[in-house]
Parts: sequence; structure tokens; C-alpha cells
Amino acid sequence: MGKSVALFVTCLTDTFAPRVGVAVVRVLRHFGCDVRFPEGQTCCGQPAYNNGFHREAAAQGRRMIDAFDFADYEHVVTPSGSCAAMVKHHLPELLADDAEYAERSWRLAERTYEFGTFLADVLHVDFTQIPAGTSRPVTYHYSCHLRGIQTIEGASAQVSRLAGIDYRPLAQIEQCCGFGGAFGAVFPGISNAMSQDKVTAIAATGAEVAVVNEAGCSFTIEGTARRRSVSVQFKHLAELLAEGLGLMDDQP
Amino acid sequence: MKCSHTWFDENVARTLADESLRAVIGQTSQSKIESRVVATAKVPNFEQLRDLATQIKQHTIEHLDHYLERFIEQVRANGGIVHFAATAADANACIARIAQDNGLKLAVKVKAMTTEETGLNAALAAAGVQVFETDLGEFIVQLDNDRPSHIVTPIIHKNRQTIARAMQRELGVPYTEDPETLTRYAREHLRDVFRRCDLGISGVNFGVAETGTICICTNEGNGRLSTTRPRVHVALMGIEKVIPRLVDLSVFLKVLSRSNTGQPITVYTSLMNGPRRESDPDGPEQLHVVLLDNGRRAIQQGRYREILHCIRCGACLNACPVYRHIGGHAYDSVYPGPIGKVLTPLLNDPKHYADLPQASSLCGFCRDVCPVRIDIPDLLVRLRRDQADGKAVPWLRRLAFRALFWALSTPRLMRWSQRVLRWGTVVGAKGDWNSRLPGPAAQLTRHRDTPRPAAKTFRDLWQSERDRGDQTDQ
Repeated sequence: MGKSVALFVTCLTDTFAPRVGVAVVRVLRHFGCDVRFPEGQTCCGQPAYNNGFHREAAAQGRRMIDAFDFADYEHVVTPSGSCAAMVKHHLPELLADDAEYAERSWRLAERTYEFGTFLADVLHVDFTQIPAGTSRPVTYHYSCHLRGIQTIEGASAQVSRLAGIDYRPLAQIEQCCGFGGAFGAVFPGISNAMSQDKVTAIAATGAEVAVVNEAGCSFTIEGTARRRSVSVQFKHLAELLAEGLGLMDDQP
Repeated sequence: MKCSHTWFDENVARTLADESLRAVIGQTSQSKIESRVVATAKVPNFEQLRDLATQIKQHTIEHLDHYLERFIEQVRANGGIVHFAATAADANACIARIAQDNGLKLAVKVKAMTTEETGLNAALAAAGVQVFETDLGEFIVQLDNDRPSHIVTPIIHKNRQTIARAMQRELGVPYTEDPETLTRYAREHLRDVFRRCDLGISGVNFGVAETGTICICTNEGNGRLSTTRPRVHVALMGIEKVIPRLVDLSVFLKVLSRSNTGQPITVYTSLMNGPRRESDPDGPEQLHVVLLDNGRRAIQQGRYREILHCIRCGACLNACPVYRHIGGHAYDSVYPGPIGKVLTPLLNDPKHYADLPQASSLCGFCRDVCPVRIDIPDLLVRLRRDQADGKAVPWLRRLAFRALFWALSTPRLMRWSQRVLRWGTVVGAKGDWNSRLPGPAAQLTRHRDTPRPAAKTFRDLWQSERDRGDQTDQ
């Protein structure tokens, strides 16, 4: 029996990118994990936290802990670096003075992993053994909230080292795509300028597939690319791997 | 989602419309970030140096009074005179008085953020003291009646043509775009000023408590000339600039310029211990150190203490994607960029600057390049929290957040909201995307297409995924 994993699918992935959730489940199963989906989950509280509504963020955090804190799995895996960062770094800080939840928040933080880091650090997956699944050129966008979870080198290597991949490194990879949650809605002009730069950089690589491991970044960049008629396909690492491993029903 | 059009929105719109300005700022910032990578890679223990610099700052700011007292004692022991300025106006008045008491009429100034903060030039002019900027960038800013737009490279927003025109107009020299000739014009003009000046004004990069040493870091030699040639030297020093020991200085000098321009060290690093002694060949007759509080003490005692660790290297500005697109002037502050988004509302009226902490995607690149590891995104979130707690969030935005938090509070409500949102975005939809949302939501599709909730969410798909897994297990 492999590792038992609870999927924290996140509100954005659940709503806008359900195929990513499916891909995560299938890749984890492929590597021997027993995957559950705790039905009580909604949001980790990140939007509330980032925007300064910390009482509300703490309330969301408690609901998150209630939804996940049971004994029949070892790990929590999520396809989002920013939600992982919220659970790992900010929830324990928000609930530090909460007699009932402080310790449980630490336990949840310890067992929560972003999808790519879980494959690398817990399952010790050898990415060079996974086929790229596409002969088209591929680039990788580094999502800002992976900072503190995964280095740029470590994260991009999970794509660049796949077997037979035509990998195109992205210039100015450390620059933000312009998403930033409410930031994009409050300052659409600045956000758009950042997104335009990102799409230009992606187009300049000549890649036809861009791997983006964060739903927010993904639809920001893809939405901008669509408006500019830049035809690049956007995929989460989980989708790329699932396709390489022949696990998807709608294989491209 | 913005309830009113603010001065900040206006500034932002102005720069966003100026493609060439954005290109210049973007290219310059990127090349400095790349130089930083090269320069820091050459120091094998650079990350440990950053740790050490962080620890020294943390310790010093925690024990600020202790080190300030020692610094003051040592400056006095070296023959310097120490003044205290609680506010910007106090600092300006103090320096004007020093000028009046000594009959000083012509000042040369080394680039110093504290003097920008207090608006010293205007105050001295009003007191009958003529001030000349001697840093080439600041000299051009002054000549063109402009404002600096970066804390280290003040004319990052200016091109050769605007500089050439300013020199032609103000100095009466022939128009040229050759940087060397332009620099020579400035040098010739300033040489005469240096001959006649009687007051030298500088900031302080580091004040060493152990020895009373004042350290200033410049690249053009103007710093040394401005602090040795005039009869009187006045240094306007933020109280947070004190460091404990002379050996600590070596840590900061190693990280300061590498973090910004990528230079191993600034071209001129001047260490000054008091006024001219009898055995010295040159130096000022008097050294005055004006210690500037101007809100720093309050910051030191509050939840934003970490921002006082800043050594003004400018790396966060170079890294910041927002700064690259809106430029320094948009912040309407002496301190632009990520550091300014935190410092400006703390040093000034937070209501007036309420947009600054919000205008960030919290990407965290600034934190990655900060030599003293200031967690700027964390401080921005704290400022947002103060706004939310203090009801300083516009009502429409607050309402939108309330609705969002409610929609995400239970799986049932979330599911229902997803359906509502899918059908609410059906007008103008092409499949799972919408490029023309109606009404007030139109803003969301002004620049980019926006996704619609999927027809089947992951929660809908989970049932069959779970069954599939059960079959595989058997």
C-alpha cells in the first residue's frame, strides 16, 4: 500500500480547471498513492489573508482544518503553490493564539505539500523517467508564490528534465504575471502591463505549450494570450505528466 | 473594483501611456538585476553575509537607544557636534541655523535621501543659502527642476536628449548627446562651485557606534570633495543608520552595491572621524551630525520595525514589476518602489497613501533580492490589515470581499456560487471563456479574456474519479 493522500483541490482549480484536479489524482495514483477528496473543503483563506481581512481568514482556516484534520491519511497535496504557502506559512501564524486550533494548524502545515514538491520530496519521482508526452516545444512559468517552497531551478527542472522534452527556458522567469488576486481587479492597468510582458516572453521562446502550476497565473496569462491571439496551450505540470504517462481520457 | 479615481490612478495612467519611459526603466532595472546575480555569485558566502547583515540590523534596531547613545558619545569625543531633529522641519531649521551662525552662503550637497525627505534644498534657499547638488544624477534633476525617481539612480527616467536640452538651456553649453561631454560640462560647472563653497551637506550610509565614524558611499568622488573642501560639514542621518562596530561595516559594504549595481564596492567609500585635526592636510573645521527621527522612533516601537533595517540599496526597486511599469514618480514619494510602499504610509498620512500597499501582487521578488531580507510582502499585508481593521477599505471593495468570503464558506454555497457565476457570464461567452462581460464587470475583460466556471467542477467529476480508483485498487 502506498501513501494515503488527501487532495486539496483549491477553489480556483475546482471552479476553473477541474481537469487539473483529475490529472493530480491520476498521477498520484500512478505512483501508488491512495487518494481521497475531503468533501468539506472550500477555500484556505488566502484571499482574505492577502487583503488584510485576518479575522475572516482565520475563520476560513479553521474550516479548512476541520475539513482535513482526520487521521486516515498521511499527506495533503494541492496543485497550487500559493494555497500551499497559505496553509504552511500563514495559517499557523494566524491561529497561533487559538487554543483549539493552533496545534492542529501546525499538524496540517507539516503534512501539506504543493504537487510538484510532493512528487520530488516525498515520492522521490525521477522526472527523467517520465515521457514528455508531447513533441511540441514547452516552456515553464514560475509562479511567485512558490518562493519559499521551491526554487526556480528546482521547479523548472521538473519540466525541463522530462524524457524527450523540447524545453525552452523563459526569459525574466522571476517576473510576476500580473495576477495577484484582487490586485488585478483593483489595478487592471498595471496588472495588464505585467501580463503583456509575460505573454511576450512566452511567445519569444517559441513554445507551443506553457506549463503554469497555479490556476490564477494560468488564466491571467492565458486570458491575455487569447486576447492577443497568441496560440499557446496552457497546462499544469500534473496535466503534462498525466498525458506523458497516458493517464488522461482526452489525450491530446 | 475601484470606487474612486485617485491621484495614484492618475499617475499610473500617465506612465502606463508612456511606452518609451517604461521601456527605459524596464531595461535598466533588468540589467541591474542581472548584474546583481553575477556579482553575488562571485561571493561564495553571499547568502550567509545576507543573514549576518540581517542579524546585525535586527539587533541594532532592537537596541537602538543603546547604540545611538554610544554613537553620540563617540562623535562628540571625535570633536563633532550632535543635533536632534524630531521632524523634517526641525532638521531643516537646525541646518539653516548652522549656516546662519557661521555665515555660510553656498552649499554643496552629496546625494542623500534624508535631505530629500525633509525638503532641505527649498528650506535652505528660503534661508538665503544656495545649494548645489554634486551627484551627477541629482545635479541634472536640480538643473531640470525635476524630482528623483529612484533612490540610487535618480534619473533612471531621463534619456540623453532631455539631459542635453537641460544642460544647453541652464548652463548655456552647446547641445550634445555624448555622455562624456555632458559629464564634462557638469564637472566644469561644479568645479567652480567647489572652489567657492563654504558648506558641505551629506547623508550617512552607516554611522558606527563604536568609533563615531560616518561612512558615506558614492561613485563619483563628489562625496569626498563635498565633505572635505567646505569649512563646515553637516551630515543628516536617519537614526536607524547606526551600526554597532567598525567590523560590521565590512558586512554591509559587501552587500550594499552588489545588491544594486552589481559593483563589488562603491567607487568611493569615505569614512570620517570628526572635523579636521591639526595634523590633517584638509577637512572641515566643523562637523555637525543631525540625527533625524521624523517618524522613525514610532516605527521602531511598532509592528513595522523591520522596515528600519533598510540600507537603501535600491535592489527592490530594480526587481519590482510594478515599479518597472509605473516608474518612481507615480508613488509621489521620496521613497518609491516596494520599500516606499511600506515606508511612505508609515512616515506620512496613511490615508493619502492608501493605494500604495494595495498596488502589489505580493510577488515577493523584492524579498528575494533584499540584502537584509526585509519581508516586504508581509509588511504590505500588515498595512492592508490596518486598513481593513480601520475601515479604510472602500465600501464597494469591502462588499465584494464579504460576498466572496460568504460564497466560499461552505461547499454547498460554493457550488451554488459556481453555477451562478457560470450562468452570469453566459452573455458574450465563447465556451469556457468570456471576452466581453457586461455592466460593471466589463472592466475585468477590458484587457484580457476571463475564464468561466467549468460546466462540471472538480467536485462534480470526483464521483467517477473515486469509482475509477476503486476499480484500479481491485
